[in-house]
Amino acid sequence: MELLRRFAEGDLDAFEALFQQFQKQIYRWIVQIVRDSGIAEDLTVETFWRIYRAHSRFNPERSFAAWSRRIATNVALDWLRRVHHEKDLAEHSMTEVLPDAVAQQDIRAAIVCAFNQLPPKLRVVATLSLIEEESYGVIGEALGIGVATVKTRRFRAVRLLRKKLKRMGIEP
Amino acid sequence: MKPGDDERIEKILREAIPPLTGAELQRDLWPLMQRRLEERSFAVSWLDWSLIVASFIWLVAFPEVIPALVYHL
Repeated sequence: MELLRRFAEGDLDAFEALFQQFQKQIYRWIVQIVRDSGIAEDLTVETFWRIYRAHSRFNPERSFAAWSRRIATNVALDWLRRVHHEKDLAEHSMTEVLPDAVAQQDIRAAIVCAFNQLPPKLRVVATLSLIEEESYGVIGEALGIGVATVKTRRFRAVRLLRKKLKRMGIEP
Repeated sequence: MKPGDDERIEKILREAIPPLTGAELQRDLWPLMQRRLEERSFAVSWLDWSLIVASFIWLVAFPEVIPALVYHL
């Protein structure tokens, strides 16, 4: 509690102590979303940078773990949106020829490709819920949404994934 | 759509993208964090730059204020 109060007041030593205590946890959470260790390291530093800047808004009576996880989720989601947008621009013409090409390809690669094309806010829920099997409560808290919204997004992600696979000629 | 379609999709997804069990951080990121903190503490914001430029233009346009400014400093 004392450490959290000092951090909220802008004490750099308190920030370092919290960094050492939570960096592994934040990294694990981010790597589950972005699925790349190098990017997850960069985004962990970015998360703590945002945490440091927002120190005055932190309430020391609340959970630092939950607050930092929420910031980490936003950082990871921003990254997914950026990558998604870049891919959209680069692969716009490619989607038209994809069905024929996929017939020759490995189905697994096609699933990964279809999954990566999901809108970021559905993809993050699908990754955490379907792949990592995190609870709806934890996902909802990290995204700042209710459990019902998490379930809806998971449902929409699965439907959209099936549609994309069907378009690629894969009928699971 | 047949019943169980969603479950099949979920199953093949988990097979294609397995969970990251044991994905641990391999190094201490504090040195990177420190570098980031140092870089930002020396960074001059765009607002500061625009004030510097505006002051410079003002002094060039009205050089007669320079002695008064120096006197007050």
